Parts: sequence; C-alpha cells; structure tokens
Amino acid sequence: MTETTIKFYQTGTFTVGNRLLAPEQRTVQASMERTNSLNSGHRACQGCGEALGARYAIDAAMRITQRQLIAANATGCLEVFSTPYPETSWQIPWVHSLFGNTAAVATGIAAALKVKAAKGGNAATRVIAQGGDGGTTDIGFGCLSGMFERNDDVLYICYDNEAYMNTGVQRSSATPPTARTATTQAIGAHPGNTFGQGKNVPLIAMAHGIPYVATATVADLHDLEAKVERAMQFRGARYLHILVPCPLGWGAASQDTIKLARLAKETGLFPVFEAEYGEVVKVLPIRRRVPVEEYLKPQKRFAHLFGAKGDGPALARLQAIADANIRKFGLLAGDHAEHIPTPVQADERAARV
Amino acid sequence: MFKQLEGSQAVAEAVALCRPEVICAYPISPQTHIVEGVGALVKNGTLKDCEFINVESEFAAMSVAIGASAAGARAYTATASQGLLFMAEAVYNASGLGLPIVMTVANRALGAPINIWNDHSDSMSQRDCGWIQLFAETNQEALDLHIQAFRLAEQLSLPVMVCMDGYILTHAFERLDIPEQAQVDAFLPPYEPRQVLDPAEPVSIGAMVGPEAFMEVRYLAHAKQMQALDLIPQIAAEFRQVFGRDSGGLVQTYRTEDAETIVVALGSVLGTIKDTVDEMREAGVKIGVLGIKSFRPFPLAAVRAALQRAKRLVVIEKSLAVGIGGIVATDVRMAMSGSEVKGTTVIAGLGGRAITKASLHRTLAAALEDKLDRVSFMDLDTGMVERHLQREREKRRTGPIAEALLRDVGTVGARVV
Amino acid sequence: MFQVRIHGRGGQGVVTAAEMLSLAAFREGRHAQAFPSFGSERTGAPVMAFARIDEREIRLREPIMTPDAVIVQDRTLLLQVDVFQGLGDRAFVLINSSHTVAELGLNELAARLPAGHLQLVPATQFAMAQLGRPLPGAAMIAAFAALTRLISLAAVQSAYRERFSGKVAEANAEVARLAHEHVQARLEEGVHV
Repeated sequence: MTETTIKFYQTGTFTVGNRLLAPEQRTVQASMERTNSLNSGHRACQGCGEALGARYAIDAAMRITQRQLIAANATGCLEVFSTPYPETSWQIPWVHSLFGNTAAVATGIAAALKVKAAKGGNAATRVIAQGGDGGTTDIGFGCLSGMFERNDDVLYICYDNEAYMNTGVQRSSATPPTARTATTQAIGAHPGNTFGQGKNVPLIAMAHGIPYVATATVADLHDLEAKVERAMQFRGARYLHILVPCPLGWGAASQDTIKLARLAKETGLFPVFEAEYGEVVKVLPIRRRVPVEEYLKPQKRFAHLFGAKGDGPALARLQAIADANIRKFGLLAGDHAEHIPTPVQADERAARV
Repeated sequence: MFKQLEGSQAVAEAVALCRPEVICAYPISPQTHIVEGVGALVKNGTLKDCEFINVESEFAAMSVAIGASAAGARAYTATASQGLLFMAEAVYNASGLGLPIVMTVANRALGAPINIWNDHSDSMSQRDCGWIQLFAETNQEALDLHIQAFRLAEQLSLPVMVCMDGYILTHAFERLDIPEQAQVDAFLPPYEPRQVLDPAEPVSIGAMVGPEAFMEVRYLAHAKQMQALDLIPQIAAEFRQVFGRDSGGLVQTYRTEDAETIVVALGSVLGTIKDTVDEMREAGVKIGVLGIKSFRPFPLAAVRAALQRAKRLVVIEKSLAVGIGGIVATDVRMAMSGSEVKGTTVIAGLGGRAITKASLHRTLAAALEDKLDRVSFMDLDTGMVERHLQREREKRRTGPIAEALLRDVGTVGARVV
Repeated sequence: MFQVRIHGRGGQGVVTAAEMLSLAAFREGRHAQAFPSFGSERTGAPVMAFARIDEREIRLREPIMTPDAVIVQDRTLLLQVDVFQGLGDRAFVLINSSHTVAELGLNELAARLPAGHLQLVPATQFAMAQLGRPLPGAAMIAAFAALTRLISLAAVQSAYRERFSGKVAEANAEVARLAHEHVQARLEEGVHV
C-alpha cells in the first residue's frame, strides 16, 4: 500500500468543530449552547459573508455577556435580510432606527441601561451597534465619531463588504481602489474606483484613543470570537471592523466567501490587528504570503485589471498598498509594527482603567 | 413656588421635576439656555439618576433619545429651526416607532436666509411627522405643558413636541410658579413602556413593513393622534386639579361668546392680541380671540365650535406656506368648511418682526371693514419689495437677495422697531 | 403698567440690568417681565432691554414702543440711536453721564419733561470705584428706584445679592446705594441739570 502524507489542520483557526480540542478551546459556534442569535430563515444570499460574521460575533458576545445584550442595527443588508416583515430572525433584543444614526442610538441605549442599573442595583446589560460599511464609514460617520469621542460604553461592529450592497452595489468610502461598482464602473481611462480616496476607519478609531479597536475576517473564526470577547472586557467605546465578502457584489462564487476573506489577509490588503488606546498591540501574521492577483482574480469586480486589456500599473499599485500594509503593521511573522502615533485621549483613557 | 426667572430656566426646572433618565443636548439658539439649565441640574446633583449626553449634532440628539426610549428610559431633548430640520429623519423615525420622547422646540425661523429670531416655520415644517404638537402661549404654560407632555406621550406611546416662541418666551425673565416635586410625582408616574429592549423578553423593533401592512400601520398612527383629542383635555383637567391652574387643552377662547369677529392665533402673540382686543372691546367692537394650543392633532371640532357663530375670522400666523399662503389658516378653513364665515389670513412676525398692538389695531380695523386681502403680510415694506422686483426686471446680476434688500433697511439696531 | 426701556452697548450688562429691575419688582410683590432686544449681539453694538412692571399678569409681548422711562447706559448712543423714540411727555429719563444736560444737548428734552424727570447719573464712575469694571447697571436701576419710587433701594440691593455673591454682590449693592443717594439729593435740591 502506498503511503500518502495526510496533512491535518486539526487545531487552531481552520477548524470549527474539532472534537480533539479541549472544550474551552473550541469556538462558540462549535457549542450546542450557542444562542444562534441570528437564527436560520433569514433571507441572506447564498454565501453571504455578513450573515456569517454577524452570527459569529453576536453569538460570541452573547456568551461572554451571559445573554445580557442589546443590539442596535443600521439600515442595510443585515437589517433587511434579518427582518423580512412579518418575521425576524433575531433571538436577542434588537432595534433598527435609521441608516446613519446607529452609533447614537446605541449611545442612548447604553445611557438608559446605565440609569436603570443604578436605580436597580444590578449590572448593566451590554450594548452592540452594528452596520455595514456604508452606514459606518459614510453616513454614520458623524455619530460614530461622537460616540468614540464621548467614550460611550458601546461595541460598534462594522461588517465591511466594501460597497452599498443592499441598494445595488454602489461605491462607499470603504470600496477599494479599482473595484467596479454601479457608481464606479469599469469604463473609461480609470475603470473602477479611484485611487487616493477612501478612509481607514480602524486607524481613525484609534486616533480617538478608544480602549479597543480590532480588525478581523470571517475566515478566522477563533480570532474573531476572541476579539469579540476581548472587546467586551473593556468598558467604553470599542470598534471591530470585520471583512465580510459579498458574492453578489464582488462577483465571486458563493462558496469562495471564506477563501476570499483569508486571501485578503494573506495578501496584506486587509491587515488583521488589535489596538488598545491607540496603539497596535497584536497582529495576526500572514501565514503564507500571496501576491494580490490571487485574491483579485476570483472577483469579477476586478476583472478589468486582467486579460488582454488588463491594467498592469493598477495591479502594481495595489501590490504596493499591500506591501505598505505589511511593512507598517509588521504583518510577516517576526516583524514589528511601525510606530503609529498615539493620540492624547488614548493615554488619558488608558490611565483611567 | 413663585420665582422670577428666565423662561428657558423654568422649562429646565420643569423637565427636571419630571425625572427624565436620559437627556441629550446639542446647542442651537434660542434653546441653549434650556439644555444648559438641565445640564447644570444634573451636574450639581439636583437631578439624579439622569444621564446628560453632549451629542455631536441634532441628528445624534434625536437618535440618542430614540435608543434611550427604546430601552425604557424617559428621554428628552430640545432644538429649534435648522436643528429640527437636521434631525428630521430621526423625528419621523421616533413617531413611526411610537417612542414617547418629549422635545422642546424653541420656535425660530428656517433659513435661508439664516435668521435666529422667532416664527413658527420650524415646527410647521414637521406638522405631518406624527408628533403631537402643543403651542404654549406663556412661559407658565410652557413649563406646565412639559409636565403634561410626558404624561400624554407615555400614555399614548407617541412623541410630543412642546413649542414655545424663541426669545420672546425663552429669554423673557418673569414671575413663574414652579411646581413642587411631590405634585409632579403625583401627576406623572414612572414610565411603563409598551415596547422595550429587554434580554428577558427579546423583541425586534424597527422592522421593515411592506405594502401588505403599511397602510394599516399609518392608519394606527393617525388613530392614536385622534385619541389625543380626548386625552389632551383630560390631562389638562387633571393638571388643573393637581396644580390649581388652567394650562394646555385643545383651544382657549377669550371673549368669543358674542364676538362677530374672532382672531385666531398660536403662541405668545396671543397675549398682545388679547390686550388689543380688550382695547377694541372698550370701543364697542364685538371681537374675541381663539388660541389654538394643540396644533397636532388639529382640533377640528373644538375650533369649529368656537368659531361657528362669528361672521368673520382673522387668522394671524407666524408661518407661511410658500406658493399658497397660510398654514394654520388652511387647517382652520378645513374646520370651517361648509360654513358661511368670512376668513382672512394675515402672515405676521416672520423672522422675528415684532407684532405690535399698533399693527394689530391697524390690521384688525382693516379686517372689520373687509379691506384685507384673502392673504396679506402684516407691516410689509411694500416699497422695499417693489424696489427689488424692479431691480430684477432691469438687470440680471442682482446679487444675493439679502444684500440687495438690506441696503434699503439702513442701520440695523438704530430703531426700536 | 409701567414700561422701561434700557439702551446700552453689548457687554455693559444691559440685559442683567433689566432682569435686576424686574427681580426687584418681583420681590416687592409685583408682576414684572424683562426681555432683551434679541439683536445680533456683539460687544460694543447698540442693544436694548425692556422691563414691564404691573400689578397683574402681563400679557403684552411687543418691544416697548411708548416707554414710561428710558435708561441710557452709554451716552454715546445719543448720537447713534433714537433712544427717545416713543417717549411720553410725563416719562422719566436716566442717562449715565458725568456731563450736564446742556453739554449733552438735551435742554429741549428737559424742558419737555416735568421738572426732575431727566436725571444724569455718573454710574460708570460709581461702578469703577466699587466694582472696578464699567458695569453701570446697578447704579442706573437704583437711580431709577430713587426717581420713580416704583421700587425700593432695598429691593434693588436684594436682587443683586440674589444674582451675585460675595464681594461682587456687595459692590453692586454699594453702587446702588451711591446712585440712589445721588438722585435723591438732586431731587431734594430741585436740581436737574
């Protein structure tokens, strides 16, 4: 009999329900006791990264808070597919107000709970605000910054699929350069989204000096859950930015969602890190570095970069962005992040802890 | 207890007596003294168990109130003019969700052109949003209405806007009766929500509603406001029992029993109108006043009952529906539809233009002789207007309209009026 | 109803003066209302504040068109603003100035009004001496009290003591006393120039 070398990824990030792991090392998703906060029956597309990310994050939050949790949700894909009238797939107390005010609504909930707790003598229920990139980086940005500045006790989770998906894939300030969207079409001299625009909301969150900022993807379940748990250990404003591929909007196969999330990290285009009080404290290193093409090719939103009329210079610029991220954050194992200056508020808030 | 204090400060004390749990504040003239007042009361410990949040915009202010109210807290905010417009999306959201938030609107004109003085254009712009709108005639009524507002809002699960004239009321320093805490506690029980975010009983608030049920949801909102038509007088009656004075209600009549002409208005101008009407009565004119206190829901039956024996109505309003005429007048006309009464609309006091007894005498004298146009503008400087229209006829590049007109005004502040 | 119009410049405490006047009247059991002219305010710009005093509830909400008393906290306004607009023939006028009526060009006004109704008060002098700041409000209101006898000096002082505290309150109370004495002395002498 010939020998075949079998590689088992038996432990760590890639395994969800590994029975060889000690129970305390298993993911929340692996447990029968998980709340399944976003229940089945919602109307998300096949392969929706956001549905996955939301369930992962909220279930983790429900465990760590012992089910004392309220969520405020922005208008967007998550809100629409999770509450198709007359049904709701949420098993937690949940409120949807408007597109741009989720952080403020969460601030209000947190304030109310604080007063109720003081009156009743018990610990306050915790609050999560969640929304897509549109509702967070664009229209919700003012309220988000206000919540950060006041250091309100809210964890804001942004599910970033890099465009306004629910309204038909329009560009947001989270849309990467060269990506095709309905409002940055793949035509003309500079097809797709322009270089030199967009915002790095995790870094902006760090500049507010809030206790905890982290990025994550749906490819690394252990990492994502650990970050939600870590976030809930802090009081004050916290921000979690999760990359959630959208098969429809990205023009990718629905079974590639997790793979694409992994590749975004492995190219360096999406740095995965944690920061406390404005300073990067931990980075999830790239396991096996790949060139950006490997990530971009499976997505039709980048198709115009390839082929006969492909855009070599644009690809090179994207690679340069990835290279810069790797350098700045120290994404290759053994590297250290370049120093990112800490805002004064961060020192003050850290001292208060 | 009687105190001599600023209207805004009195409102702040009244709101504090209502034991609010979350107050969010964004500054805009002329409401700033109200939120500063409550802020100080929280900070010095007078108002306990209350979170005072300095928000980054009016949109945030209403949104924070929405979150707080949804989580079961008694929530309050205040705004005016541009601020009300900036939060408009959230204003509709609050009433659509049925959250009993109370908000003071310190009535101020809407720009452009920017104007910080009083008129009713701001709250009028939101008259269809589903909030209850109450208009205070005096500062005493303003502070009393806030206490009634929390009761009304929570009983109906509908937000309430208390409108008080910016500067004219907010910045007037006068003798006011501030209630005792025990009285307010007797009148206003703790908030019992109809819907609340509670881990023990999870619900989803704010779902999408499609064509299959939207008509019904909107009908229910309308029906609830109709319930307010009964509840507002009830609450006012109970207020009278506990606090010993009349405040609020749907409408107030003054010397209308045998009046042939009735003047209809909202807000602080009613005081000046009553003084004018007293003088006209002394001269033998059969004239009276109808003050509308609840603008939304609009008390069609009460208005009709008050006006039906009059021969002539003069609606004096600090609001303008550009392109058609009066706003209040239109609603009054609806109340009087089918009747023979003659009506005229007088647009007055826009952007803080003072409404004086002298102007009222002139206007009402003309009304008595049926010399007023269907819609007229009180104290309009027709010369200034004509000059500008002529300028526009003569050349294209007439420049910003404000600049062109202000050249005619002369030195601002050199005259009393 | 008694109507007072106060003219001054932004930063001189015109609104506070009106409020103190109304507070003094309140303390003596009357209804009183004070309100500013709501102009675009900036330090140095002409501003007005109004006060109405009555035995019963005041319903009127118009700027004061026919004042029973005019107080001018800054005499330079005489050249710039029609401070006497609507003034009745039996009205009272108080002007913050160390000049004479003739020097201010107000002989005609003095002649029109009853004897003693026009009073000049060196309010800024009193304020600078006691407060160290050119805030003539307390002096003008106390002078008003002496001239019209509508409110008492004690009520004026008590109003300032309620609004302010410590040295500032006492300094204002002293300014009030000095101004009150000044006008009373003038009235006794029958002097009004």
